Amino acid sequence: MHWFANPARFMRIAEKLLPWVAGAAVLSIAAGLYQGLLTSPADYQQGETVRIMYVHVPSAWMSMFCYMTLAVASASFLIWKHPLADVAAQAAAPIGAGFTAMALITGALWGQPMWGTWWVWDARLTSVLILFFLYLGYIALVNAFDEPERGARAGAILALVGVVNVPIIKFSVDWWNTLHQPASLTRLDAPAIDPAMLSPLLLMALGFQLYFVVVLIIRMRAILTARRIRALHMVEPGVESGD
Amino acid sequence: MNGFTAIIRRELKLAMRQGSDAAIALMFFVLVVALFPLGVGPEPGILERISGGVVWIGALLAAMLSLDRLFQADHEDGALDLLVMAPWPLEALVLAKCLAHWMVTGLPIMLISPLLGLLLHMNTDAYLTLLAAMALGTPVLSLIGAVGASLVLGARRAGVLVSLLVLPLTVPVLIFGVSAVEAAAIGQDAGPHLMLLGALLLAAIPLCPWAAAAALRQAVT
Amino acid sequence: MENARKSVFDGAAVSCVRGARWVFAGLDFTLSSGDALVLVGPNGSGKSSLLRLMAGLSAPASGKILWDGADIGADRQSHGARAHYVGHATGVKPALTTAEDLTFWFTFRLRDDPDAERRALEHFGLTERASFPVRFLSSGQKRRLALARLLAAPAPLWLLDEPTVGLDVAGQSALESAIAEHRDGGGIVVLASHVAVALGGSEREIDLADYRASHADDAGDIWSEFGA
Repeated sequence: MHWFANPARFMRIAEKLLPWVAGAAVLSIAAGLYQGLLTSPADYQQGETVRIMYVHVPSAWMSMFCYMTLAVASASFLIWKHPLADVAAQAAAPIGAGFTAMALITGALWGQPMWGTWWVWDARLTSVLILFFLYLGYIALVNAFDEPERGARAGAILALVGVVNVPIIKFSVDWWNTLHQPASLTRLDAPAIDPAMLSPLLLMALGFQLYFVVVLIIRMRAILTARRIRALHMVEPGVESGD
Repeated sequence: MNGFTAIIRRELKLAMRQGSDAAIALMFFVLVVALFPLGVGPEPGILERISGGVVWIGALLAAMLSLDRLFQADHEDGALDLLVMAPWPLEALVLAKCLAHWMVTGLPIMLISPLLGLLLHMNTDAYLTLLAAMALGTPVLSLIGAVGASLVLGARRAGVLVSLLVLPLTVPVLIFGVSAVEAAAIGQDAGPHLMLLGALLLAAIPLCPWAAAAALRQAVT
Repeated sequence: MENARKSVFDGAAVSCVRGARWVFAGLDFTLSSGDALVLVGPNGSGKSSLLRLMAGLSAPASGKILWDGADIGADRQSHGARAHYVGHATGVKPALTTAEDLTFWFTFRLRDDPDAERRALEHFGLTERASFPVRFLSSGQKRRLALARLLAAPAPLWLLDEPTVGLDVAGQSALESAIAEHRDGGGIVVLASHVAVALGGSEREIDLADYRASHADDAGDIWSEFGA
């Protein structure tokens, strides 16, 4: 792990890997979309609209995965003081927020043909909505300080507090849903998984994962560069000139 | 007398002499609850149906109000440095502060909640359960709030930020609290819901001070 | 009473980072019971930062600070209990009375001793103001109340950041006699001050300008390889 800790070495490796990972992401998403939109069967109940699942379900998976990444990076930062950990955390957060937003929007798009309303408070969507707030809170906290290091440390603690809370929140939302849900509501989820549906789903999930890695590397590079620029600005005048 | 009680006594003295915090939280609670009939109409059937949720949401929002001041005064006047350097575990001090905060804001909120239930035509069968649920839930709000308050020390817009951070984390309290009240209102057993609230409280008592203490140590660095 | 066991407070190659800036690096010091250290240096040179590092409030970017050979970072709580830190901010509460504020710190530092409290107030000339709310005190009086905390509990290490700000002649001499008594009892004092303070004996001095880290010789700068 520490072998990657040197920012310069990280950047060199990342530069080399980036085109390959990006290419794999494009291929995977393209294949997934082709299968999902064109070759996989339509659902006998939901018709063609089930195809939104191929974007909605992987987005929801990624929103959880990104939060896990955020939590692991934050733990890494606080416990082992890994120098790139807080950079990774801050890079991952907006990506996770983006996937969460996409899950919410595609959830709404999926729900509309099924129930005629643009939003429904089912357990899954509600949990994802709260996760969205957790992401926004993290991003707001990290950016609320004049001193970035303070923001990084506070954000790391918040991420860990959040990850402990996520299962509790999920449990409570499921509880709430069972108390209030009318029996007729079908779950906003994939119908019984037919192997022909599984393949595009997994391809999309893989593609989204690779996309995440690509954007993570790009964002980490940007954050590291911004820090370098800030460090250069902080040098006292007169010191560089060697007086 | 030890450090734990010394902190509680000091916090209570300060709260009593600086007066307005508890009163403002209570007034806000009443105001929020009063807005609902104005917003959704005075029909008793509707109000009764939403009374559990409205009272709890009002309590949540009122509890948020005084949170940013939990540690802020000590942070600004330098007392926090000294509290961190104490011969006492910082976690115990945080717990003491949370207890004092609850006594000043959570306890009054809890006591006034049946009165506000009355305004919303809440079924009187539910009042005792409401008090019990509030007794379990409001301390959790103080504890989770302490984590939020300790994280935002020194941040811009700390007051609004702490609500943004803390409210999503209080969703379980809201859900279990309302379900307890609603179960009691229709004559069902509120026991399981209250036990879940109790479980949250038992989990929050060790975990929240630990997280808040870590955040406080980061704040004084 | 002679303190038979001598304590040693020292630091090796201590460096401090504030924000993205190296404030100082490579600083060493060694103090034992009865010693006094004065920190001098221009604004921004890190006197307050060094005092906070010594208090265990923050950790040095590199190097170690040791008390009796043990790293203070390993047990910050014990170290906090053996040190008194008086910083720029006084930490006094406007809504409490003078006596109540001091009593809190006495109790908090494990000392329930009304006589000692009375003597502390007397030493710093606050007896007449004992039942006044702190918000009626002048800034010099608030500073004296903050300093009265030094007498709240015996602690071998005193860390004082500009303690004389706002003090009049009487206040300053009260501080000086407290410091002298502390040193006689085997205590250590580290002081940052623009104003000359009589410390009751010999004193060492560190000029933080000597340890200012230049950009060129940043030890272990993780950015120095960036772009390589």
